[in-house]
Amino acid sequence: MTDTDRGTQRDRDSAFYLFTQQNLPACKPVLTPEWVFMTFLFIGFIFIPVGLVTLRASHSVVEIVERYDIGCVPEPFRINKVSYIQDDSIPKNCSFSFKVPKYMKAPIYIYYQLDNYYQNHRRYVKSRSDKQLLHGQNQHGISSCQPVEVNNDRPIIPCGLIAWSLFNDTFTFIRNRAELKVNRKNIAWKSDREHKFGKNVYPFNFQNGTLIGGGKLNPRIPLSDQEDLIVWMRTSALPSFRKLYGRIEKDLDVDDVVVVHLMNNYNTYSFGGKKKLVLSTTSWLGGKNDFLGLAYVFIGSSSVTIAVVFTLLHLLSQRH
Amino acid sequence: MVLLSTSEPTGVAYVQTTNLDGESNLKTRYAKQETLQKIPEKENVSGLIKCEKPNRNIYGFQANMEVDGKQVSLGPSNIILRGCELKNTTWAVGVAVYAGSKTKAMLNNSGAPSKRSRLETHMNLEIIFLSLFLVALCTVVSVCAAVWLRRHRDELDYLPFYRRKDFSEDEEKNYNYYGWGLEIFFTFLMSVIVFQIMIPISLYISMELVRVGQAYFMIRDAEMYDESSNTRFQCRALNINEDLGQIKYVFSDKTGTLTENMMEFQCASIWGVDYNGGKATSQDQKDGYFVQADGQVLRPKMVVKTDPELLQYVRNGKETKEGSYVHDFFLALAACNTIVPIIVDTPDPTLKLIDYQGESPDEQALVYAAAAYGFMLIERTSGHIVIDIQGERKRFNVLGLHEFDSDRKRMSVILGFPNQSVKVFVKGADTTMFSVIDRSLNTSIIRATEAHLQSYSSIGLRTLVIGMRELSTSEFEEWHSAFEVASTALMGRARLLRKIASNIESNLCILGASGIEDKLQQGVPEAIESLRTAGIKVWVLTGDKQETAISIGYSSKLLTSKMTQVIVNSNSKESCRKSLEDAIIMSKKLTTTSGTTNETGRTLGTGSTPVALIIDGTSLVYILDSELEERLFELACNCSVVLCCRVAPLQKAGIISLVKKRTSDMTLAIGDGANDVSMIQMADVGVGISGQEGRQAVMASDFAMGQFRFLVPLLFVHGHWNYQRMGYMILYNFYRNAVFVLVLFWYVLFTCFTLTTAINEWSSVLYSVIYTSVPTVVVGILDKDLSRLTLLKHPQLYGAGHRDECYNKTLFWITMLDTLYQSVVVFFIPLLAYWGSTIDAASIGDLWTLAVVILVNLHLAMDVIHWNWITHAAIWGSIIATFICVIVIDAIPSLVGYWAIFEIAKTRLFWFCLLAIIVTALIPRFVVKVLYQFYAPCDVQIAREAEKFWAQSQSAAVEVEMSPILDHPRR
Repeated sequence: MTDTDRGTQRDRDSAFYLFTQQNLPACKPVLTPEWVFMTFLFIGFIFIPVGLVTLRASHSVVEIVERYDIGCVPEPFRINKVSYIQDDSIPKNCSFSFKVPKYMKAPIYIYYQLDNYYQNHRRYVKSRSDKQLLHGQNQHGISSCQPVEVNNDRPIIPCGLIAWSLFNDTFTFIRNRAELKVNRKNIAWKSDREHKFGKNVYPFNFQNGTLIGGGKLNPRIPLSDQEDLIVWMRTSALPSFRKLYGRIEKDLDVDDVVVVHLMNNYNTYSFGGKKKLVLSTTSWLGGKNDFLGLAYVFIGSSSVTIAVVFTLLHLLSQRH
Repeated sequence: MVLLSTSEPTGVAYVQTTNLDGESNLKTRYAKQETLQKIPEKENVSGLIKCEKPNRNIYGFQANMEVDGKQVSLGPSNIILRGCELKNTTWAVGVAVYAGSKTKAMLNNSGAPSKRSRLETHMNLEIIFLSLFLVALCTVVSVCAAVWLRRHRDELDYLPFYRRKDFSEDEEKNYNYYGWGLEIFFTFLMSVIVFQIMIPISLYISMELVRVGQAYFMIRDAEMYDESSNTRFQCRALNINEDLGQIKYVFSDKTGTLTENMMEFQCASIWGVDYNGGKATSQDQKDGYFVQADGQVLRPKMVVKTDPELLQYVRNGKETKEGSYVHDFFLALAACNTIVPIIVDTPDPTLKLIDYQGESPDEQALVYAAAAYGFMLIERTSGHIVIDIQGERKRFNVLGLHEFDSDRKRMSVILGFPNQSVKVFVKGADTTMFSVIDRSLNTSIIRATEAHLQSYSSIGLRTLVIGMRELSTSEFEEWHSAFEVASTALMGRARLLRKIASNIESNLCILGASGIEDKLQQGVPEAIESLRTAGIKVWVLTGDKQETAISIGYSSKLLTSKMTQVIVNSNSKESCRKSLEDAIIMSKKLTTTSGTTNETGRTLGTGSTPVALIIDGTSLVYILDSELEERLFELACNCSVVLCCRVAPLQKAGIISLVKKRTSDMTLAIGDGANDVSMIQMADVGVGISGQEGRQAVMASDFAMGQFRFLVPLLFVHGHWNYQRMGYMILYNFYRNAVFVLVLFWYVLFTCFTLTTAINEWSSVLYSVIYTSVPTVVVGILDKDLSRLTLLKHPQLYGAGHRDECYNKTLFWITMLDTLYQSVVVFFIPLLAYWGSTIDAASIGDLWTLAVVILVNLHLAMDVIHWNWITHAAIWGSIIATFICVIVIDAIPSLVGYWAIFEIAKTRLFWFCLLAIIVTALIPRFVVKVLYQFYAPCDVQIAREAEKFWAQSQSAAVEVEMSPILDHPRR
């Protein structure tokens, strides 16, 4: 090693020598006023148009949101909604109608939205068994499903709080007395259907317990085809969330009156959750959300302002 | 091991003690005459050795041995210690007295005291802040959780996402619920677990890695490679690299540190006549003196220039009175020492060189000088020496030897001449010698010698005085019996010997004095000048005389003619106090007149009248450890140079602790000898010079190097870089971990305070392991804020470390504010963009992961000053690695987030969010950075711009000229 140190001129030029002497070729960017100015201007010129385009996309989305959890409780039960929803003898069907405000181009996505529902609660997210969902009957690996792992000493498939609390309101849509066909296929991720939920796993012993949390499953359909369950089990990130219910593959015209018949089965009354039905078209950016567009415009315009302020400051006081 | 006999008939064994004290010269060890003749193979040797208990002192040993009914005393020269190597001796037989862990080598095997860098000390304080912050976060979470649980306590049983009741068993019971209080407690504990990355444990690991890298570069630095001794820079301590960038005080030893410790005999004063010629060195003198014997030529290894007049006297022999004195003088030089001559073969078979090996470089120089004048020491054993005097070999019996010790400051040898007369030759420092010289004799000569000594020391020469006395038979007998008793004594032998020595070393007749030049090391004046320009206070602590110290001070540019010297030289506490107070008043007067220029810092030392304080060891005795310390410190602070002369090793340490106790400034001690060890260990940073005086200093030091001038690149280049890098790295690590924890924390507020993390566990673990660790370390090792050339050219830039520019409380809090802002941006942009959408936890978690990692890496990229390909690879590579890791994690079907990254990356919203996060999060930092650089630039910043634009504005021709220097640093 010392040879390299005391080496010839050639050795001194070698990359290793330059490395040990910390003299590797390097670029040392220094912030110059011009450079700073250009950067901010560049950010501004990129962000403002992007923001405007984003805003436009958001505005092009037609969205109909109808809250139904209160409206669907008959007047006499409004004082005690929980007892209404828990009483099996009372029919739960309910209907309401709305007018389409703008032309809606197919596909129109139908979502149900739940507010104040903590699908990201730690107890909740942990209470599932991915092993069981894929491989089925297996006594092992379901301890994570507590407190909904066995019933009458037999394992529940699918086990866990998430599956147990499956959303089970159903919707039908009627326009001009004709039922609008809702496509409920392919609402879940393909990857989930194929690799996460078993094709040979059938629901078993499900919702047979004392306390029924939500929807029941057809025991003859394998889990990989139970798309509502698959959608539900992809737990949402935030306490206010939507889940895809289906798609209407027909356009809706302005002032079309759509009547919704629904079965109001799901209990959100016990904890003050809200239920909403959402019909929405999509843009290239997704659903209706102005935030990102506004943010972009804001950042863009602030950068331009900063650029201008810097230029003024620079012109006013020259540093030496 | 006590030596019994060796292969040499005289019982001498030559050993090398490199492993013990690092001295590479040969030392002689003697077997006692009594055991020399015994051969253990043939006969049983029986005896009894009584020795002292095992101790750490490698230079001391006291024992006695009973062989054949005779008491024989044993000393340090009779033992061979573990770790010694036998040289030029075929075999040696001995009795082991200390073994295993009780050997002196093992007992000395204690590590250097552990030091912690100042940056790290500050950092630990900040870590306490972070811990408090962590506790605060956890408290917020658990309090919120408590409130939530309390408000929903009636619903908990049936809440679909809580379900307190478990119905799977026959009887209803609570599932995983232990009551309100305990739940809160568990929430607190869980939040501690989730947020614990706040405390950057990985920081300690990266710091160690960075230090190793920095040490590697310091060791490999060609500018700190000493070609003459073929030694590299050594990093012996790995945890104080960054302290090198904040040194405020440099305490330097003189001998061997500022000076080369290569002694050269310059002149002599013999019998009152000054011989300092030797200016005209003719060709025949070049080869120096040599001796012919048995057809072989013996020649001393080193050629000393000689004074022709003196040479003439020597050649003429003892006929004249002067001649006899000259004869005795050189005989004393050749005899009164502990030098061992070693005959070295050369390629020419007829020529042999004599190499004088010894412990003291002064003695070596003197013996070489004697040899040059025809008094060549040929052989030395414990009993006799052979000196070739003008081609005539003479054998002298060494009847006794009183070794040099620091109390007497002289040594003496008692020689039995071939004509049966006995003489004692004494050699020692002038202060102690004049007290034992018989002043009644030759008063004029003594006076002349004193005058010569004065002039020698004023030109920076080291002086020794030689005296002699002829002993009468009765005197000798008396001494001999006393010496016998003393040297076999087991208790207090050293004291007894000293007493005997001082008895015999009395009423001496002065022969003369010698002047030895102590050469300054290469580049010392320049180095000291740059250190001073950088605002570092240089204190020289030396054991030399005041005059020598001042002269060395002048020649090393430590003192300049512009300086006002304040000398404190007192013999009592009261006079000390008085002179200190006077000095303070004077220095204040001098500094206040020039105080305005001093305040600005940058123009330090140019327009002011600097004050130099010169203080001697005697005064320090009264000052240290008394209330006068405060005074001295006050005075020293006003002075730009402090020179302490005649200080003992322990006083050196005392002075450093005086400074350390009163300021928080960093101190550095540099020295080369065993006497500097205490000082090196006391200072914040100890630097050892691997010079002539052995390696004890190196052993005790944190850094070791070959030359004093390497201190300049070490401090200005490496110290500056290390400090800047480490300071930035610590702040960045705090930021990096805190931003991640805060993102986790914000999410917890949206999950009923239940510590769910959207970012999956694997990413949390890999965050500080793969995603962000490599760039930190690479930047910590490789980033350079300024080039070496600039740093060396403008020593003032070193002030950045003094002013704590790279790491201080303000910076810490600004960074933390920035962290808070960035975490808010990272968390809330996706939150608001995805509010009320179908987004699932795993997908948004991936978005957060990627956003944080890219942000954190770009943040680093924005602050990197020196981009080379390794930095590029580390930063962009980390981002790519993160993408790959996230993809791999999301490709595992058994995890909840299966395929999430692919699903979310298909949407354009994801990419728009990412872009918005990065830009929004970095804008404020960028703006502050720009404002700061344009309107309140620091020195480093200005220098950096100058460096860049100066290089650009140079014409092509100049650039070609410059580039060789830039690319190939000078050695």
